[in-house]
Amino acid sequence: MIRRAAKSPADAPAIEIRSLRKTYRMGVERVHALRGVDLTIQRNEFVAIMGPSGSGKSTLMNVLGCLDRPTAGAYRLNGRPVEKMGAGELASVRNVEIGFVFQTFELLPRASALKNVTLPLLYSRTGWLGARRAARRALERVGLGDRMHHRPNQLSGGQRQRVAVARALVTNPSILLADEPTGNLDSTTGEEIIALFNTLHEEGQTIVIVTHEEDVAGHAQRIVRLHDGRIRSDLPTPSDPIHRDWLERAAIKIKDMGAGSPSPALEAAS
Amino acid sequence: MILVRLLLQTVVLALGQIWANKTRAILTSLGIIIGVGSVTAVIASLTGLKQFVLEEFETFGAKTMFIDGQVPESMRNRISWRSVQLTIPEIRAIQEHAPAVERITPRYYNSYAIRNGELTKEGVLVMGIWPEWHEITDRHVILGRQFNRIDEEQMRYVCIVNDQAIEELNLDRDPVGDYLLIDDLRFLIVGVVETKQLSPMFGGGDVRSEVFTPLSTSMKMDSGLWIRDAFAQMADPKQADEAEEQIRFVLRKLRGLEPGQEDTFIIFATQQAIDQFNGLAAGMTAVAGGIVSISLLVGGIGIMNIMLVSVSERTREIGLRKAVGARPAIILMQFLVEAVTLCAVGGLIGLVIGQSLTLLLQNMPDTPLEHAEIPPWAIALAFAFSAAVGVIFGMFPAVKAARLDPIEALRHE
Repeated sequence: MIRRAAKSPADAPAIEIRSLRKTYRMGVERVHALRGVDLTIQRNEFVAIMGPSGSGKSTLMNVLGCLDRPTAGAYRLNGRPVEKMGAGELASVRNVEIGFVFQTFELLPRASALKNVTLPLLYSRTGWLGARRAARRALERVGLGDRMHHRPNQLSGGQRQRVAVARALVTNPSILLADEPTGNLDSTTGEEIIALFNTLHEEGQTIVIVTHEEDVAGHAQRIVRLHDGRIRSDLPTPSDPIHRDWLERAAIKIKDMGAGSPSPALEAAS
Repeated sequence: MILVRLLLQTVVLALGQIWANKTRAILTSLGIIIGVGSVTAVIASLTGLKQFVLEEFETFGAKTMFIDGQVPESMRNRISWRSVQLTIPEIRAIQEHAPAVERITPRYYNSYAIRNGELTKEGVLVMGIWPEWHEITDRHVILGRQFNRIDEEQMRYVCIVNDQAIEELNLDRDPVGDYLLIDDLRFLIVGVVETKQLSPMFGGGDVRSEVFTPLSTSMKMDSGLWIRDAFAQMADPKQADEAEEQIRFVLRKLRGLEPGQEDTFIIFATQQAIDQFNGLAAGMTAVAGGIVSISLLVGGIGIMNIMLVSVSERTREIGLRKAVGARPAIILMQFLVEAVTLCAVGGLIGLVIGQSLTLLLQNMPDTPLEHAEIPPWAIALAFAFSAAVGVIFGMFPAVKAARLDPIEALRHE
């Protein structure tokens, strides 16, 4: 049976984690992926999580997405404690509360865009007709109303990722989690996806993305930087020193090259 | 409700998977196909064989019973075989007191030299009968007449011959009114009886010369005090057990057998033999089924193998499904349904092959299998068995899929 996770009180933050730890056991060695992370993300925030590889950002993403359980610490999703939930309960939380966008899209190759988008609703209480309607609406929302019956191999990379975004949105999740959503795309299509995220954010969607691209992170309201399993900085984007530094260097580079117009990210930041 | 919908979706999904990998699916379910195909063909031929044997029994008559005196094993050395032979009064008593027995005839037979003019034939079977014999054995007089009461009471020297005897003794085509010498006694031929091919199972086989006389006449010739045996006929084959009980009751009473003492006679009913054969056929079916189920077992291992391949091929898909909210139980069901569907499709193809084999068997010359057919229970069984194979051998791969860690699965290359 699939139970719809009860929506929680409206005033609770979307994500609230306290002294979160995650330890992996690699043979006899223990790897501390997260060493006590505190993070609160309010509703309708657009947050970027950044950090070098091995900093624990993927682990944090997995815990946030309820794909993994923390070793210690508390995690409240919309006010509900999820750290002690069993595999089945976590599955329905993922179904109802969370929309995932992956770096490699993860579309089913033999299914049409529409079928791919319908997939999460197969595991919800939505009826067949309702699911189809919701999937159509989600595809229209990402601007693929005319590509519903195309298979992934008939779509461009950017369109595939938009199908993936539509799939993440189809259940009306409270949080959209994106793991390097532009990682497999060229910069122009990447910007398309980011623009889509911006639109969704303006419509009230809570978004958390993991990225290592400063210009992608620049679109978020807030940048959380991880290092060695701890939060190193958590600042609004305009006051993030690394980001500002990067912007300055990028501006100089562009000036030196004498190239045309700077990227939209730079325009937005300046 | 939601479960039914999920199940339906899963079946559609499974069929889609199978369709996408047609060749692989066919090769995988080959074990099941061969297993089901052969089991249905074997059962069909057994059914045909059974039908054939039952028809053989019919030649003897499903309503016919055979009664004979017999010394029971435990009294072998204490009483003589003479004391247990049937007598005419016993036959009369059965006639009178066993309502399930419609008619009865004693039989007495011996071999004699028979002469027609210069032609002598040694060792011809001469059988003494009552007129009821014709009805019981379904062999009627085609020329002349049956014996009548006067023939019997006066022990007249009259006889009935069969076609074969006419030929072998070089008699007239219509020998009624002619004479024969049986053991140097002069007999008037009063009738000709049709020759009926009895199944070899009942001592039939080659058609032989037969000569019949009234029972009393043949006993007198041999100074016989006892009859050899008796044939009885019931009104309805379903009354076999009843008739047997009644005959047993009458004979035991006449012979003064105490409760606990063994019968000094045997009663054989065709129906009981049919029942026995049915039991035997059921046993053969079970053995054949057992042998063929090994092939289904091998088929099941093939299914398990390909499902394991499928799980590892689709690891990322499983990871994705889990990430978007599929519970482990749903994933388990998906793979289990796929295995069962694979087996069921294999079973269906197997049934088609079994049916074709059956048609082939039916049309094979010189085999007693023209009635071969797959009974409905065998179809149900074949399906149930292949579905069970799907569940049993699909379980391990399905559990493996259900237990996959979504993060690991999504990272899988």
